[in-house]
Amino acid sequence: MTEKAYDDIPGTFVFDADRSREGYWLNQFCISLRLQKNRDAFKADPEEYLSRFAMTEDQKQAVRDRAWNRLLELGGNIYYTSKLAAFDGIVFQDLAAIMSHMSRDDYRKMMVDGGRSIEGNRYKSEWEKK
Amino acid sequence: MARITAGIACSHVPAIGVAMDQGITDQPYWQPVFKGFEFSRKWNEENKPDVVFLVYNDHCTAFDASVIPTFAIGCAAEFVPADEGFGPRPVPVVKGHQKLASHIAQSVILDEFDLTIMNEMEVDHGLTVPLSVMFGDRKPEDDWGTLVVPLAVNVVQYPAPTANRCYNLGKAIRRAIDSYPEDLNVHIYGTGGMSHQLQAERAGLINAEWDQNFMDELVNEPDKARKIDHVEFLRETGSEGIEMVMWLVMRGALDEQVTEVHRHYHVPASNTAVGHLILENHA
Ligand SMILES: [Fe+2]
Repeated sequence: MTEKAYDDIPGTFVFDADRSREGYWLNQFCISLRLQKNRDAFKADPEEYLSRFAMTEDQKQAVRDRAWNRLLELGGNIYYTSKLAAFDGIVFQDLAAIMSHMSRDDYRKMMVDGGRSIEGNRYKSEWEKK
Repeated sequence: MARITAGIACSHVPAIGVAMDQGITDQPYWQPVFKGFEFSRKWNEENKPDVVFLVYNDHCTAFDASVIPTFAIGCAAEFVPADEGFGPRPVPVVKGHQKLASHIAQSVILDEFDLTIMNEMEVDHGLTVPLSVMFGDRKPEDDWGTLVVPLAVNVVQYPAPTANRCYNLGKAIRRAIDSYPEDLNVHIYGTGGMSHQLQAERAGLINAEWDQNFMDELVNEPDKARKIDHVEFLRETGSEGIEMVMWLVMRGALDEQVTEVHRHYHVPASNTAVGHLILENHA
């Protein structure tokens, strides 16, 4: 992949055409869970259900591990992976807490207090200093 | 003749819809969010639109990864609220204005904006939450009290259309509506935003100062706002803040000079900064 103008934003996977191509079947798997009959099938036999989608082994493993950030790195998009989280009974805000390595309560408090500050969070170089 | 009398900007956070559907809007967490909508509902009652031209984005509901139109206009007679994984929202079916929608589609395409035409489409919270904000509680058996022409914009896969493209599309929509012979009071909504990031380690990002400045520019200096590039949106307002390009479509459809009759800003609703404007055309 060539270097992109948004590659230096920390803690962010921009869902561009490259990620969309890589993540296509992963995302189609996730969005299929919007429907009850598919949720039932995935619950009954996870491996069989996963085998219906042409995902890479890495993507399948990230699904098994519920490795939320890894899923994004492998081409998943948050609006899709959140359907897998919903399947597990995880609401959006708690998923955000998990992805940013915070406890549910700490994350919630951060949001009520005005959210994650932009200061120190614009460039990867700012994170490397920490 | 049809005329656009006002533009409304409004976040479409799904949790706002959930709070209304569960009747918990007076809880301390939600009270400040809904307080800012009280004026809007009164104003909306007094300035009732015949049609709302509603610019929103679909969140992988009507469009999954297999089809990603940049701009898609809804020309159907009605649009059913979709099941987004928890059952459909208990709100009315959205009724279209088919003749106006197809007139706009034709006019805008001849104006060189190549829209996708949707003759069947389900709609998600991106469209129904702003209607709930402006029209208040409505049950499935009620109606919304307005007809709606939806315009879905891709903001999920990068790149979304640029702010400038959105602004110019707004101008083309204005020309289309101005040339429609029926007497109609039309409001145009730009929805989504404001700053928010839902993904990865920077999730929860909010940039209130940027948001306020954006609202100032959008109202008074749209020529500045339409030059904001994608990397600035992504960096400064979070990966999902890019939704704000949809506010530019609304602004483009209004007069150069507008009157800001209402502004509301609150952090947070769930993971998102809520922003809301009501702008009136002078004419
Ligand atoms: Fe949205």
